[in-house]
Amino acid sequence: MSENTSALEILLTTPLDALHRALGAKMVPFAGYAMPVQYPAGILKEHLHTRAAAGLFDVSHMGQAFLMGDEALKAFETLVPGDYQGLAEGKTRYSVLLNDQGGIMDDLMATRIPGGLYLVVNAACKTQDFAHIEANTRGRANLEILADRALLALQGPKAGAVLARLAPATADMTFMTFRKVDIAGIACFATRSGYTGEDGFEISVPADRAEELAKKLLAEPEVEPIGLGARDSLRLEAGLCLYGHDIDTHTTPIEGDIKWVVNKRRRENKGFPGADIILGQLANGTERLRVGILPDGRAPAREGTEVQDLNGNTIGTVTSGGFGPSVNGPIAMGYVKTAFATEGTPVNLIVRGKALAAKIVKMPFTQKSYKTA
Amino acid sequence: MTVKYTKDHEWISVNGDIATVGITDYALHQLGDLVFVEVPEAGRTVSQGDETAVVESVKAASEVYTPVSGEVTEGNSGIADDPATVSGDPKGKGWFFKIKFSDSSEFDGLMNDAEYKAYVASLD
Repeated sequence: MSENTSALEILLTTPLDALHRALGAKMVPFAGYAMPVQYPAGILKEHLHTRAAAGLFDVSHMGQAFLMGDEALKAFETLVPGDYQGLAEGKTRYSVLLNDQGGIMDDLMATRIPGGLYLVVNAACKTQDFAHIEANTRGRANLEILADRALLALQGPKAGAVLARLAPATADMTFMTFRKVDIAGIACFATRSGYTGEDGFEISVPADRAEELAKKLLAEPEVEPIGLGARDSLRLEAGLCLYGHDIDTHTTPIEGDIKWVVNKRRRENKGFPGADIILGQLANGTERLRVGILPDGRAPAREGTEVQDLNGNTIGTVTSGGFGPSVNGPIAMGYVKTAFATEGTPVNLIVRGKALAAKIVKMPFTQKSYKTA
Repeated sequence: MTVKYTKDHEWISVNGDIATVGITDYALHQLGDLVFVEVPEAGRTVSQGDETAVVESVKAASEVYTPVSGEVTEGNSGIADDPATVSGDPKGKGWFFKIKFSDSSEFDGLMNDAEYKAYVASLD
C-alpha cells in the first residue's frame, strides 16, 4: 500500500480531482493521472445506473487538440485511413493513427470544425500522438494542444434529456455530430458520442469551469458519478476496443475487425501508412481476427487467457475479459485464428489450468442505443 | 471458538479438528462487488499459503490462500451459486471452505483479533 501512496503523490490530476475526493471516489493511478476507479456505489451499481439513467465520467486525462490550416485535412489523412476531406463540417469520425506496417498507434475521434479538425486521443498515448501529428503535418497544419480544457462524458438513455434541460441547443444533435454550445452558461464543445454503447455526449469545457459544470450535471436527478471501472465494463459490453489491450501497434484495423475505418475513397487513393499491407489484408483476409467470446459458465476469463480449440491447440488469446453487469455474466474479446472466428464456434478458455467451454459470438454483448436520427 | 487472521485478510475459525475459512470485511471492501466465487472440492489436500479458492469482482480476480495445511472437507456451494452471499455475511453464511488441519502449530503464526485490527489500521 505504501508504494501506491507514494506513486499517487507524483501523479497528475484532472480539474475534477477535489470533486472526486469529496464524492468519496477510490483514486488509482491511470495513464499518469490520479483517476476515480469507482465511487462509493461501486462498479456494479455505477454500470447499471449508466445503462438505466445517466452517468457522468471525468475523461479529462484524454488529449484534446485543434489541427488547423488550409491543408489540415489533407495532412491529417497522411496519418490515418479515414476520409476527412469528405466529412461534413460538424461531423465526428472515429479513426486510427497507423504506422508503416499498418499497426495501430492509437485510436481517436476527429471532428471537422471550421478551418480544421478537433481531435481527442487516448491519455496514455497523447504525448507521442501529438508529437507524431505535429512532426508529420509541420508546414501544412498547425497543432494546438488544448491543455487548458477538461473533458466530461455524460452517458446513458437519460443523457439527452438531461443535457437538453441545461442546453436546449443539444436536443436535436445526432450521433457523431459536434456543436459549440453554452451549457448552463458555460462555453463548451459537445459531441454526441461516447464509449459505453449508450446515447450520450462528450463535453469539452474550460478547465477552470469544469467543476462548476460537473456539479451542475450531478445536481440533475438522473445523473450519478461513474468511475473508470464501470467505464471499462460498459465499453467491453459494447464491444469497443481498449487501446493497448484490444488493439495496438502489432494489430491492423483489419485484424482488429474495425475495417470500416478504412473509408472508401482512401481504399481507392491509398496514401495512408501501411496502405499496401492493409489493402492486401482487406482483399485476402488475415490470419487472425478480433472476436467476441462468451464463456458458457460463470467464471470470467481475464486479459491474457489462452484460447484453445476443442483438441487443445492454442488458437488465440483474450485481450479484454471480465464480468458484464448488464449481461449478468462473464464476457470477453480477443484474437483467434480466422478459421475459428465464425460466430457460434465452440472454443475453450484456459482459466487457472482448467479448460472452460465458451463460444465465439458477435459483438456488442448489449444492444447499442445511439441517437441516429 | 478461536478466530485468527492472515495478512492476506482470511479469517479462520477452529472447532475441534476442523477449521472454517473465509475472507474479512476489509478484504470485501477492497474487492468491491463479488461476481464469481470458486471453492475447493472436498478431499483436496492443501499446504499453508496455497491458493485454495478464488474471488472475482467486476474488475479483477483474487486468490484466497489457506491459512493452514490439511484436507478440505467441504467447499461452500452456497457462495459459488450466489457470490452476493459473501458480501452480506462474510463471517457467517459467506464462509469459503472447511479444512481438517494437519498441524495445529500453524495457528501460532496467525494474528488474533486485536493484532488483526491493528494490522488493518496500519494499512489505511
